[in-house]
Amino acid sequence: MRHRQAIALLALVGLFVAVYLWLHAIGIGGAIKCGASGGCEVVQTSRWAVFLGQPVALYGVIGYVVILIVALAALRPVALVQRGWGVLLVGLATVGALFTAYLTYLELFVIHAICRWCFGSAMIITLIWIVSLAALRRPFAAPSPPPSSPP
Amino acid sequence: MAEGSGGLNRFYVVLGALAVLLGATLFVLLRSGGGSTAAAAGPPHAVVDDGFRGYTLGEGHAPVEIVEYVDYECPICAQFATIQMPTIRQQLIETAKVRWRVRDYPLSIHQYSRYAAHATQCGGEQGKFWEMQDQLFYNHAWAQTGRNPGRLFHDLAKAAGLNVDQYDACMASGKYASRIEFSREEGDSLLVDGTPTFFLGGKKLVFRRLPTSDAHTPPPPPPPPPPAAKTAQPHERH
Repeated sequence: MRHRQAIALLALVGLFVAVYLWLHAIGIGGAIKCGASGGCEVVQTSRWAVFLGQPVALYGVIGYVVILIVALAALRPVALVQRGWGVLLVGLATVGALFTAYLTYLELFVIHAICRWCFGSAMIITLIWIVSLAALRRPFAAPSPPPSSPP
Repeated sequence: MAEGSGGLNRFYVVLGALAVLLGATLFVLLRSGGGSTAAAAGPPHAVVDDGFRGYTLGEGHAPVEIVEYVDYECPICAQFATIQMPTIRQQLIETAKVRWRVRDYPLSIHQYSRYAAHATQCGGEQGKFWEMQDQLFYNHAWAQTGRNPGRLFHDLAKAAGLNVDQYDACMASGKYASRIEFSREEGDSLLVDGTPTFFLGGKKLVFRRLPTSDAHTPPPPPPPPPPAAKTAQPHERH
């Protein structure tokens, strides 16, 4: 339960970062210019900042929303004992972590600039992935038998 | 079980509080433009007002003057100079609708911005400010490598048509460093918070997005004459 709670909290923080980056990418919240935030402008205006016609940050928003919803659904008492939710969370986190790894590779070796917000998101999805794996390794408690009255 | 649901309730309270906190932070960040503050001064320079107020492009009698504060290492400035500026130059400056003035605003986060600004000033000394500026912006890969661009700038000065001996002497003297710092301080006093920043008649212009070349769609061509009229013409001649 603690693992899924941690995943939900991390997903919420990740959602905040992704929403902020997405709003910036679509021109809300600050002019697009070079300022004190350094590499974010370089990354956000590079040609890799758009994927399938949409800002990359939008996929982050969608990803974190899905992970948050699944983590909350997995916290329902009936779902707590079902291993499938844990597997689903690992799957989602793996996809997110792989996509983030690709983006971080682009930042480091192709764009040669690091956006601290993107780096923050990379840390969050990595943590989610680690926590989801750790949750899966823990033995799942068998569903507690219904209370029975003594004969 | 009661303990479990109590724990869950506490979790939902924490989750809700975190959501409110993050939402408020997002609101503040967006209102403040992402925390971009005026760049701190770099290494201190003796600042002397030599009366220089930037190189201009366009007619002196143009009804409008736009002042651009520029940082040569800034990718957005390079993007603006190479994508948007040619159109502005052709449609507004060469038609005497606008006069363009460039002022230096080297950001402290960029290692070679002052050096590049000085290179343009040394170009200006030989009457080739704009040529040198174009060289720096159109060959902007130097701004991504982090390597000392001194040798490259020497070659770019040559490509811009400068007398390279005079250019080298100018760069070695550092005689325009004070002028560049004066311009940056002037930008600070006007609340320039990044580059490029534009002023029109003293009013700061704020662009939420710079249009990309793809976003710039030329006006549709005039519709062709109707086919009937086209085919009718030869008949009319007969």
